[in-house]
Amino acid sequence: MSKKKIATVWLDGCSGCHMSFLDMDERLLALAGAADLVYSPLVDAKEFPPDVDVTLVEGAVSSEEDLRKINMIRERTKILVSLGDCAVTANVPGMRNPFGTKAVYDRAYRENVTFDPGVPDQVVPALLPTSRPVHEFVKVDIYIPGCPPSADNIYYAVTELLEGRTPDLTLKTRFGS
Amino acid sequence: MSPVATVKTLKIDGRDVSGRQEETILDVARQNGIFIPRLCEMDGLSDVGACRLCLVEIKGQNKLLPACVTVVEEGMEVTTGSERLNNYRRMILELLFTERNHVCSVCVSNGHCEMQMLAQRLGITHVHFPYRYPKEEVDASHERFVIDHNRCILCTRCLRVCDEIEGAHTWDIMGRGIDAKVITDLNESWGTSETCTSCGKCVQVCPTGALFEKGRSVAEMMKRRQFLPYLTMMREENE
Amino acid sequence: MTPEELDQIAEDERAEQGKYTERVNVCVAAGCLSCQSQSVKDALDQEVGSRGTKDRCQVKGVGCMGLCSEGPLVSTSNGILYKKVEAADSPAVLDSLAGEPVARLVCPTDVPFFQRQKKIVLENSGVIDPERIEDYIAANGYTALIKALTEMSQREVIDEVTKSGLRGRGGAGYPTGLKWSTVSKSVGAQKYVICNADEGDPGAFMDRSVLESDPHRVLEGMLIAGYAVGASEAYIYVRAEYPLAIKRLRNAIRQAERVGLLGSNICGTRFSFRVDLRLGAGAFVCGEETALIASVEGKRGTPRPRPPYPAMEGLFGKPTLINNVETYANIAPIIRNGGEWYAQVGTEKSKGTKVFALAGRVENTGLVEVPMGISLREMVFEIGGGIPEGRKFKAVQTGGPSGGCLPTDCLDMPVDYESLARAGSIMGSGGMIVMDESSCMVDVAKYFMDFCMTESCGKCIPCRVGTFQMRRILEAIGNMTATEQDLKLLEELCELLKHTSLCGLGQSAPNPVLSTLRSFAEEYRAHIQEHKCPAGVCGQPAGETL
Repeated sequence: MSKKKIATVWLDGCSGCHMSFLDMDERLLALAGAADLVYSPLVDAKEFPPDVDVTLVEGAVSSEEDLRKINMIRERTKILVSLGDCAVTANVPGMRNPFGTKAVYDRAYRENVTFDPGVPDQVVPALLPTSRPVHEFVKVDIYIPGCPPSADNIYYAVTELLEGRTPDLTLKTRFGS
Repeated sequence: MSPVATVKTLKIDGRDVSGRQEETILDVARQNGIFIPRLCEMDGLSDVGACRLCLVEIKGQNKLLPACVTVVEEGMEVTTGSERLNNYRRMILELLFTERNHVCSVCVSNGHCEMQMLAQRLGITHVHFPYRYPKEEVDASHERFVIDHNRCILCTRCLRVCDEIEGAHTWDIMGRGIDAKVITDLNESWGTSETCTSCGKCVQVCPTGALFEKGRSVAEMMKRRQFLPYLTMMREENE
Repeated sequence: MTPEELDQIAEDERAEQGKYTERVNVCVAAGCLSCQSQSVKDALDQEVGSRGTKDRCQVKGVGCMGLCSEGPLVSTSNGILYKKVEAADSPAVLDSLAGEPVARLVCPTDVPFFQRQKKIVLENSGVIDPERIEDYIAANGYTALIKALTEMSQREVIDEVTKSGLRGRGGAGYPTGLKWSTVSKSVGAQKYVICNADEGDPGAFMDRSVLESDPHRVLEGMLIAGYAVGASEAYIYVRAEYPLAIKRLRNAIRQAERVGLLGSNICGTRFSFRVDLRLGAGAFVCGEETALIASVEGKRGTPRPRPPYPAMEGLFGKPTLINNVETYANIAPIIRNGGEWYAQVGTEKSKGTKVFALAGRVENTGLVEVPMGISLREMVFEIGGGIPEGRKFKAVQTGGPSGGCLPTDCLDMPVDYESLARAGSIMGSGGMIVMDESSCMVDVAKYFMDFCMTESCGKCIPCRVGTFQMRRILEAIGNMTATEQDLKLLEELCELLKHTSLCGLGQSAPNPVLSTLRSFAEEYRAHIQEHKCPAGVCGQPAGETL
């Protein structure tokens, strides 16, 4: 039997969920035995493969690039997992929502910039009007709330999914834990 | 209190329990270790039946009734946790999460918040209604306390404790519907309130991080509630 | 005031009116006043003066004559009804009193709009001067009160109301006799009577019209209620947006006090009764009885859980009888003519008549009083005169924001409490809005949800946040940006609000959505799947990028 393929994606988040993923420590070796990590900020693949079994998504959908990515990833993934509060609730990225994008751009690219202030029109993707949870754009199969979710919970969820079971995380984690 | 109390016997979740005639379903459930979710109710304050989380099913009644204000009756058969009830409760809590900006990870009450705990207990892993993201104010004008309207759920515990226990009635509510908000005095800043005695009871009864003590950082705000049953008990003894 | 004194007033008034051989009645209720009927009345007065016929021709301001869309309305002592009368028409109208009618102004009264009505509540509307107690007394006013006080026990009054089968006209249809009986049995030295005149449904103006056209009838009903349940103090909670109704009520209370029909020891009995007004500050939810009571108490107008019901613990914690304007307006005739007389009208479970404010896409709009059990078809196509401009009928909305839209296949349904409820609507207070093919049902649902959201008091979470979320989804459907998932959420929210909201406002807020979803599902589908509004009302999708 061929090994399962898993992927992790980093949208608008702090990478804390990925740090927590790495915190699985030696269990990563066990995981590597059961599945291949085919796409991730942690590996060198440039293209998201077409047939991934499980994808963990960290971060909210905040920019046009995030939106393009998540649509593409959804198409290429069997089980999509929202990993961490940013993906599940928009969390800290969503805190800009009441103020609008202009306020964000002004603070980031004008007010605090001494050399050539101005919003870049290349390379940096445009922000969506609001930063929103992943499931408001695409169907999400599993939610792992937490900021960040613990390595134990990530390990539990991933191994359950690889075994073909549905992990029940309701009593293990919560918003903000 | 009358020396002879009439006792009612009833069933809650199939268990035989009993309560005095003026007690509510929630009182009796609590005495028997039966958990019924609630956010507006607090032992020692008047009941308003507003959060609708404590709705229970009563055999023979079509309507769901709030356990916090429904008094026990002889032979009542109460169900506190059917799938239907828990489904409604999850939806109500989800609606609360969408209403304002509840960002648990950066909240002073993270880990000690009644709403956060309840969401976990009811198995909410995400909110399936879209968030509202309103722009809400933070009033830090009081020298010791802060109100962050982003986290307020309009349970009105602060109003009631201020009015009924402290007797100051500094807090009230203004506006209607989705625009309702708690205010100090006639919507003046808390720091300049002439009625506030700075007793801090409102802060301690607040179920979320909406009211907190200055100087507390993320997850540091633990609420101390012991004073409330103590004060209530002392008052009853004096009467 | 003794029965004899009352008779004397009536006799004097009849003698006074008998002196006039000619009479011109001008409607001075809000509808006609808004199209300048006061200037018509002034012009008629002036014309009579200059003709020197003041001693034989009376010009009288009267209440609503019903066909508001044709106002200002003027009726004459030789039985002609004139429509759209202008000040300049007054010489012609006066000339016609002794001659041929003014053909261009004649409003035919042999049409179903007038013929199909049965007037009990509105029997004096358009006939008496609402600002003169004498005119009300001359029309048998306050005889029911005298009868109750001098000939009947409290029990007998309640029995008569029970026998009549009258049900609350505020919307829910709770049996009035049963409510009175509960309050009368409640223990307490102090009890209150409240009249709910916080009419707030969009398109509804029945109570307003009754108060403007015949305020004493409401006072008399309240007095009889007060006697029956043992209350001595009463409040009329009327919305401040009804200045004319308030003015006429104040005037009526003053007049009744002056002749001793309000105050201490009425008619020499031990019964004393005071009535005071409380003005609502514009909150729709204050029509809900517990919110209304809170508001009268001077508190924020928000509902509280029931039980305890107001009949046990109401105003200031005392037993309180609270009924709607039209309910009280039915009491005097019931006492005068007996409960059995009243019960002859209507259906088995819905007795008597109901006043409806007929509005929307229908030829004749205005105020009509019809026997319960009349079919919607008769209401729309006979009384209403059908749909204008040859358009097709689509639905009737009853019950305002708590009601629903009834489609074509409901047209032959009788108008009574049970039938309307079965069809997914409610009787409500009497608003009846007719819609034709140019109305979009999604838009209608959105309108009512917007209303509920704005009028939610914010106390309970399902109503406060639920109405917001539902409005958002309906807006998205209207903008053609909604998905099937949104529709599912909408249905979930409907169920949640219905079963978990604290008061009737939230519990019934889903009704306009549920009823349109049921009868006009294809319109929702067209918006969501084809991005089309069949009625051409809803807008185009908003721009994709920002």
